[in-house]
Amino acid sequence: MKVTQLTVFLENRSGRLAEVADILGRAGINIRGFSTTEAAEYGIVRLILTDPQRARTLLHDAGFTTHFSEVLCVKVEDVPGGLAGVLDQLAEAGVSIDYLYSISFWNICFAVRDIDRAVELLAGKVTLLSDEEVRAL
Amino acid sequence: MSDVAEEHLTRDAAGGLFWQPAAETLPVPQLGELQMERLRATLENACENVPFYRKKMEELGVKPGDVTCHGDVADLPFTTKIDLRDHYPFGMFARPRDQVVRVHASSGTTGNPTTVGYTRGDLDVWADLIARTLAAGGVAPGDLLQNAFGYGLFTGGLGLHLGAERLGCTVVPISGGNTERQLKIMRDFGATALSCTPSYAMYLADAARDRGLRPEDLPLRVGFHGAEPWTNELRVQIEAGLGEHALDIYGLSEMGGPGVGYECLCKAGMHVNEDHYLAEIIDPETLRPLPYGEVGELVFTTLTRQAQPLIRYRTRDLCTLIAEPCACGRTSARMSKPIGRSDDMLIIRGVNVFPSQIEEVLMSIPAIEPHYQIVVDRKGYLDVIEVWVEVGEDIFAETMGALERFQRNVQAQIFNVLNIQVAVKLKEPKAIQRSEGKAVRVVDRRKAL
Repeated sequence: MKVTQLTVFLENRSGRLAEVADILGRAGINIRGFSTTEAAEYGIVRLILTDPQRARTLLHDAGFTTHFSEVLCVKVEDVPGGLAGVLDQLAEAGVSIDYLYSISFWNICFAVRDIDRAVELLAGKVTLLSDEEVRAL
Repeated sequence: MSDVAEEHLTRDAAGGLFWQPAAETLPVPQLGELQMERLRATLENACENVPFYRKKMEELGVKPGDVTCHGDVADLPFTTKIDLRDHYPFGMFARPRDQVVRVHASSGTTGNPTTVGYTRGDLDVWADLIARTLAAGGVAPGDLLQNAFGYGLFTGGLGLHLGAERLGCTVVPISGGNTERQLKIMRDFGATALSCTPSYAMYLADAARDRGLRPEDLPLRVGFHGAEPWTNELRVQIEAGLGEHALDIYGLSEMGGPGVGYECLCKAGMHVNEDHYLAEIIDPETLRPLPYGEVGELVFTTLTRQAQPLIRYRTRDLCTLIAEPCACGRTSARMSKPIGRSDDMLIIRGVNVFPSQIEEVLMSIPAIEPHYQIVVDRKGYLDVIEVWVEVGEDIFAETMGALERFQRNVQAQIFNVLNIQVAVKLKEPKAIQRSEGKAVRVVDRRKAL
């Protein structure tokens, strides 16, 4: 039971990630999960999509460099020790992990350069969660 | 050479210093005659002792005796850096090795360097030419020259050293680097003259200012700066920062190093030592000689070198020659500061680098070609090279670690081959500008120093 993940190379330029999301949105491709990783000058975004094949073609045509890989998607119980249970089994077997990220997709953490301005822009348009609200999820 | 050369430091009525006044102020017609006489001797030396030149002259059907006036020079063959590389290491020598007392080599980074050999007589002339250079800047016995040019295969360090000893000033062979020690010795020893690249002079000026030293705290009076192109704007900054007269000196290892051209305190172009080097300006496309005043490629023929005579050596430096007499009284033609190159050679921190050498390394990495660009820029006073690589699907793996390994790998390969540090920058496809569909391979963003 493997899942296809699409990885996209992005230079650290403002608006590039939005462009990827736009292309997918316009094509009716839904993002099921994603993660971003960045260095000083470039980053990569990993995507779990409803139609990875078509997404790859569209992104390629738009000039993006992409890569397919296979990953596991694991349903982890939402209780203390839930993740540990899975990790322990892989560790005992000596299977090392390159990276992992959550694809529960309703609440997304944004790290931005100007957090106050981002709050100002988004307040009232989307639901912003407080510290307490996140802990109570 | 002794017919016009004497070694008496002389001060003229206006206070200007001359190391060999008779030679340096030789009337132009006599200088021309002397050049022709020495040129014929040089051609004889080359044809008799260097198979490369014997063959070239035979092919062109020119005999040394055929050359009677300056107009005949255009019939002589050119020599290029490639010719020198092809005859590495000693194939261009006109003297057996047991008469060659010194060998220097160019600052090239890869493949065969270009070598230059000196007989004892060549070193003797070289010492005089550098002594002329120093005297033209007002240096005399009693002065102390801090020689911060690198000592070694590079001709700058040992060349200035030799000339300073010939002149009789005190020379401190500090060589390059170690700024703290440079500033300490400059003040403790009371250095009145400095020799180094212009970028290092500016670096020293900044370092002095950062330590709260004012120009008047430094004993310097004059600086001799060369080995890389620089502008009059940088001169003004160096002079303000170090409290010295910053003079330009010109040389290239193929001509024996520094001592080919030098500024006097008029700072109005570099006097070419025309009694030892025949200078021409040519059109680099047609290879035809150009008149004085026009911009073209500087070409030199050695007139007195015994170990390694070179005929019409193409320097690739673009400049003009100025015939009008200089206020200092020297009669030699002057050359303007080089304003560019007729090839694509870059001078990166004093090291000669051809973009083609970087390209060769990049080409050996299949995933890179053809999407890359070499960007030369300047951070502060230091030159930096970035290699921009478009990340195609051959390169792109889906972890950051793999991308970083790729960057480090390319950087290491370039360092191994060229001994220069570059920064590899990863770019999205099509990020590198194409002109007429073809990628622009080299972008030089440096403003002139």
